[in-house]
Amino acid sequence: MIKEMTTKELARKVIRAEPLFILDVRNAKDFVDWKVEGKNINYLNVPYFELLEGVDKLVHDLPKEGEILVVCAKEGSSKMVAEMLAEAGVDSAYLRGGMKAWSEHLEPLKVGDLPDGGELFQFVRYGKGCLSYMVISKGEAAIIDPTRMTGVFLDFAKEKGAIIKHVFDTHLHADHISGGRKLAEVTGATYYLPPNDADEVQYDFTSVEDGMQIIVGNSKINTIYSPGHTIGSTTFIIDDIFLMTGDILFIDSIGRPDLAGLAEDWVSDLRETLYDRYKELVGNLVVLPAHFMIMDEVNEDGTIARKLGELYNENHGLNIDNEQEFRKLVTEHLPPQPNAYKDIRKINMGKISPDEEMQREMEIGPNRCAVR
Amino acid sequence: MMEADQMLDAKGLSCPMPIVKTKKTMDTMEPGQVLEIHTTDKGAKADLTAWTKTTGHEMLEQTDDGDVLKFWIRKGE
Repeated sequence: MIKEMTTKELARKVIRAEPLFILDVRNAKDFVDWKVEGKNINYLNVPYFELLEGVDKLVHDLPKEGEILVVCAKEGSSKMVAEMLAEAGVDSAYLRGGMKAWSEHLEPLKVGDLPDGGELFQFVRYGKGCLSYMVISKGEAAIIDPTRMTGVFLDFAKEKGAIIKHVFDTHLHADHISGGRKLAEVTGATYYLPPNDADEVQYDFTSVEDGMQIIVGNSKINTIYSPGHTIGSTTFIIDDIFLMTGDILFIDSIGRPDLAGLAEDWVSDLRETLYDRYKELVGNLVVLPAHFMIMDEVNEDGTIARKLGELYNENHGLNIDNEQEFRKLVTEHLPPQPNAYKDIRKINMGKISPDEEMQREMEIGPNRCAVR
Repeated sequence: MMEADQMLDAKGLSCPMPIVKTKKTMDTMEPGQVLEIHTTDKGAKADLTAWTKTTGHEMLEQTDDGDVLKFWIRKGE
């Protein structure tokens, strides 16, 4: 028997760390590049074109018990293989929309309450590691680092009865296409971008700089200029409770300073932000980054959040006393640049506007924003 | 332009159909013969290349005019 599994159902399983066996029928190179991540997932990668003669041999390598999910790039091949398995007496599900859909799936999770009835939500893009946020308070909403699946944010705000008034990008992103401008256009909200990242930007925006305060209903967003990942990187503090660190500081790592090819220049800025600016802040602030890299960073409830004080205790990148060693860590042996990062930056600057299919293709694969 | 013994028009077909049809067509051909495949599915490029290697055929040439991808594959022994 075959079933269809939606990305929503898969996200739920990932959050609950449910055991799952994934038969990934994409070609080996794509599988090695990125796959569905989860704390309790086992994998077998057999490209679908190696199964065209039949699945009899494969059946021996599959678990006799437990759920099997067949996954491919767009759904077609996984459905075919699931059907072949069914004929051989093996039950499985195939992922509707394939990895393409998984890459775009956003899971809204509540991170916490804000004073006087407000709420803060984190939108987790498990298939890529991007994190977006929505502050909702007294019928007003502010969105931070939205991805290009703007429909999800619009529908969510509508459901909560909130009007989107402010849309922010913590910095000019190189790993994903921002949905910020589009959201602002559709809703009439103000779109904010740090001016130091916007030298080459081709559209109008509102500057977000150090020491600003933006009111959202009963909540307030304070800004701190925190360069190092990019020269314009800006941090937001929500109601003195949550610290949105963009790509400067992650749960298990720190941001890489080289995505605009300027690692050397920005290392000192990064060090100052992490070791001075952030150190002055209260340890109880809950850090909410713009990305996560590994499942270890995911909490039991599926959110990615940790107290700043805890990070100063545990995060290796925050505990390198020697400046030379720090410099080495963030400039040497960096992972390969994220897929299509140069073109993604151009899109976010408004220089090029490829169609949706092209945008989708550019974003395939994991983000590589961190230094590990 | 490369010569071919047979031409498979797989334009407009999505994965897995381009390879499924390629295999079916190849099965009817003699070793040494060349199959020319036209497809619009971008994913077919990596998959066809890997499939050709795995099955012992030879990828002779590939072109991409932005919309249509063309492949010439010689059947192995």
